[in-house]
Amino acid sequence: MRVIRFLKGLLWLLIRLPKILYAGLLGLFGWLRAPRRERIVPERETTARAEWTVIVLLFAAAAAGLAFFVFYVVDIPSSTQFLGLALGVCLALIAAALVVAAKKLIPTEHLEESYPGEAREDEEQLLQVIHETPSGLTRRRLIASAGAAAGGALGLSLVAPAASLGPFLDTESLYATPWRAGRRLVDDRERPYLADEIVTGTFYTAYPQGADPEQLGSPIVVVRLDPSQLQLPEGRADWAPDGILAYSKICTHAGCAIGLYRNPLFPQAESKPALVCPCHYSTFDPAEGGTVIFGPAGRNLPQLPLEIDPQGGLRAAGSFSGPVGPSFWGVRTRGPSSS
Amino acid sequence: MRARKLLITVPALAMLAFAIVAYAQPPSGIVHPPNQESKTPLELGSELFAANCASCHGIDGRGVSPSIPVHGAGDIEGAGPDLTSAGAQAADFYLRTGRMPISHPGEEPERQRPFFSEREIGALTRYVASLGQGPPIPQPQPSSGNVSRGMELFTEHCAGCHQIVGEGGYVTNARVPVLQHASATQIAEAVRIGPYLMPSFPHSQINDRQLNSIIAYIETTKHPDDRGGLGIGHIGPVPEGIVAWLVAAIVLVGVCVLIGERARA
Amino acid sequence: MIRSTVRFLEERTGAIPFVRKSLRYVFPDHWSFLLGEVALYSFVILIATGIYLTFFFEPSTAQTVYHGSYAPLDGQRMTEAYKSVVDISFDVKAGLLIRQTHHWAADVFVAAIVLHLIRVFFTGAYRKPRELTYIIGVLMLFISLLEGYLGYSLADDLLSGMGLAIGYSVALSIPFVGANLALLIWGGQFPGDPDFWSRMYITHVLILPVVIAALIGAHLALVASRHHTQFGTGPPRSERKLLGVPTFPGQAPRSLGLFFAVAAAVVLLGALIQINPIWLWGPYHVGQGTNGAQPDWYLGWLIGALRLVPHFDVVIANRTVVPNPFWGGALFPLIVVGALLAWPWLERRVTGDHRFHNVLERPRDRPWRTAIGAAFLTWVVLIFIVGSADRVYVLLGISYVGQIWAYRIAIWVLPVVVLLVTWRVCLSLREIEAIDQERERAEEEAERAATPVAS
Repeated sequence: MRVIRFLKGLLWLLIRLPKILYAGLLGLFGWLRAPRRERIVPERETTARAEWTVIVLLFAAAAAGLAFFVFYVVDIPSSTQFLGLALGVCLALIAAALVVAAKKLIPTEHLEESYPGEAREDEEQLLQVIHETPSGLTRRRLIASAGAAAGGALGLSLVAPAASLGPFLDTESLYATPWRAGRRLVDDRERPYLADEIVTGTFYTAYPQGADPEQLGSPIVVVRLDPSQLQLPEGRADWAPDGILAYSKICTHAGCAIGLYRNPLFPQAESKPALVCPCHYSTFDPAEGGTVIFGPAGRNLPQLPLEIDPQGGLRAAGSFSGPVGPSFWGVRTRGPSSS
Repeated sequence: MRARKLLITVPALAMLAFAIVAYAQPPSGIVHPPNQESKTPLELGSELFAANCASCHGIDGRGVSPSIPVHGAGDIEGAGPDLTSAGAQAADFYLRTGRMPISHPGEEPERQRPFFSEREIGALTRYVASLGQGPPIPQPQPSSGNVSRGMELFTEHCAGCHQIVGEGGYVTNARVPVLQHASATQIAEAVRIGPYLMPSFPHSQINDRQLNSIIAYIETTKHPDDRGGLGIGHIGPVPEGIVAWLVAAIVLVGVCVLIGERARA
Repeated sequence: MIRSTVRFLEERTGAIPFVRKSLRYVFPDHWSFLLGEVALYSFVILIATGIYLTFFFEPSTAQTVYHGSYAPLDGQRMTEAYKSVVDISFDVKAGLLIRQTHHWAADVFVAAIVLHLIRVFFTGAYRKPRELTYIIGVLMLFISLLEGYLGYSLADDLLSGMGLAIGYSVALSIPFVGANLALLIWGGQFPGDPDFWSRMYITHVLILPVVIAALIGAHLALVASRHHTQFGTGPPRSERKLLGVPTFPGQAPRSLGLFFAVAAAVVLLGALIQINPIWLWGPYHVGQGTNGAQPDWYLGWLIGALRLVPHFDVVIANRTVVPNPFWGGALFPLIVVGALLAWPWLERRVTGDHRFHNVLERPRDRPWRTAIGAAFLTWVVLIFIVGSADRVYVLLGISYVGQIWAYRIAIWVLPVVVLLVTWRVCLSLREIEAIDQERERAEEEAERAATPVAS
């Protein structure tokens, strides 16, 4: 029995031998060929030193990042500097690690690529689609007009609410100032100015009593000059009682506050008194009704007529000689309204 | 490259030319009288005044009008204000800050090293004070001032010309001095005198208490709270722009050059 | 792990073929191509730091009195907006660092755009088929200027208030529509309706950033679609073939490294160099100002122009027709942006060149373009420098009035000089090159003639 079983086995093996051999050969051949899939990214030889540099840089960055965390949690003086240094150094170390990696570790290959060509065929087909679509229409023009009308009207209605942003048609508001005849001049703490305390050689900032000081028309600058030096324009003879003059403090060029008053200590040899704007150095002559003597301003500084009330207080005697603030298209040279 | 170099050199040369013209020559021939120790301060002061100041301020300190020029030392057409009411306050200010003497009337007196010794300044100050009933040297107490109120007052009265952190500025025809070098006394003096084109602020406008606050504020601007890092002048965008271009832009272009490839032939 | 992630993504998005393609997109390698990336990364940092700041900033002009930790401002009247910026600087941990980083990043952002524009212009990168990319870039530059201006203005400190007043005046000065436009934007006369602050705020933190981001997207899409330009025509490079490094792995670490370098630079600046210390400037009030008020550097050319224009308004029959700030504040930038936008078409008109261009030109090879560009740059830079004339006077004592007059002449004379010199320099450089090549060829020939023919 045993012999027969052995012979049977041998026969089985003999019959299948060619198949087994073939499979083995195929396997060997496959082993020789298959794993050699073509690389996409070329291999690159790296050095241990480069690798270690990147590793050290990244660990150092981690340390700096941790330092930021610690500086944030712990209260320290000059925290902005310490926090920023920690974070900045952390970022810089990461940047350095990446640059080293790019230069020494990452495979660099140079690839060729074609610039894109033209797609004439697609263009033609697109045009064809566009041209063929309306072929069934007979009133093309009318439809186009109707479409344009609908689109235009819709556009208009969508834009219209923008008008709520501001009173853009009413430019009259640009002429408004809180100054009117009889209004008292007060300082930034609402204390009224007396004519007697206004002396030559310095300048005062004044606001209208009881009005919002943050309005463009509010702040004025008050100076006193020798009445004999004044050469005010016609019709302003009584605007400067005792030589006290008031001008809008807002430059007619670009709206900055005229915070500079130059006043010569020795007038015979030095520049005459002037009001100057610190933005573009427009310079105005207070003795001549605020005329521009230097700088880009194109319009004289508006003058406010003054009067002295029986108690000696300073009050406006009317409104400004011209509109306050920077010029605009169509701005009239007439005086502004009082609001 | 040559074109770009020209771009830089031409404006630089133009500026240099202006600088040479604009640079005022230092006053010539300061006279220091001999044997100062043997003289009383008033004697020394009067001698100094006659030798160094009189050509512009008049031999009696009553000033010289430009219409009647007096040819003084160095053949300068002298002209200057009356000093009889200037007092010790003005003399101390102008001499201690090196603003006087100047070489030409009308020229802007600017801060420099004093021309006179401590003893001479004292003598001259005493002499000028003796010319009339002028104000004495003020004695401000900035420590009693309120910095916050001072900042408000400074913004209203001073910042237009001196810049909000006292870094100086420009007003038509004058250079406005930086305040960082001024002592408390000098600030108090200048506020009252109104040197050159500066307004003179009377007590009725800025009282001594307010003046103390202003000075207290100016003292803080000498060492402002730079918690953001280097102050770079405290004048805002101009130096900031220079840093953005000369530091950040250059560094980052450098990084680009390092990362990217250089031009190849 | 990676394999399963990729598989997951592909099965659910189908994006892997696109990703694979983008990773193998080819970047020509030249350092000057990275300038645009610097701008891009500054923008990313601006967004990140900006978001942090919005959590603390209060866009309100409601008046309040300060009693915070910075003593010199104690008791001063100010707006909530200004107070919140002081609080960010003093009381929010890392707030000042983020604020300063944000501001420095803005300065670097615009500087990088300008450098990028200069590179693009002088190498002719804007030529067909890349005009749209160029136009979008120029638009982004000018939108960024507006964006920066708004950010500078939001703080409501003394300097920013003065800047807003100037902006208002420039808007007001536009002929025909100025007054209406200004009233519409500000909601009334300067300083405007309280709503104006929320308008500025939403424009600064949402509208313009979204617009810029969208334009960046379009800019990059166009670049990718038409591919990068490249320098040099040495084989295999040509008008039809480009040679370069793929996005991944070649370009990615460099680009990422550049991002971290930009971040490091602005964070270190934010840590070490103080920018716009608004607590020193104090709050703004309409009636107050400070000497030496300047905008951020990228608007310096406008303040220079505003200071340079001589004093006149165009007045007819007692009505102002063109107010002065229009010339320097509106017309001048319009000319600059108009010239930049029109340039590709102007050049084509003159040269009649309708071909595709993928290879960049060296500046010297196009003497007229280089000369005109240099002259134009000189013109703008000179006007830019005028903006600092007051500080130059304070620092160096050069008369301000004298400087203004010198500049009024120089801005017309110097560009012409630069134009001619640049043109001449370009020609000379090419001549020298031609001579060198000639000599090399002659030497080669001589060498060949000298070697024995034996071989």
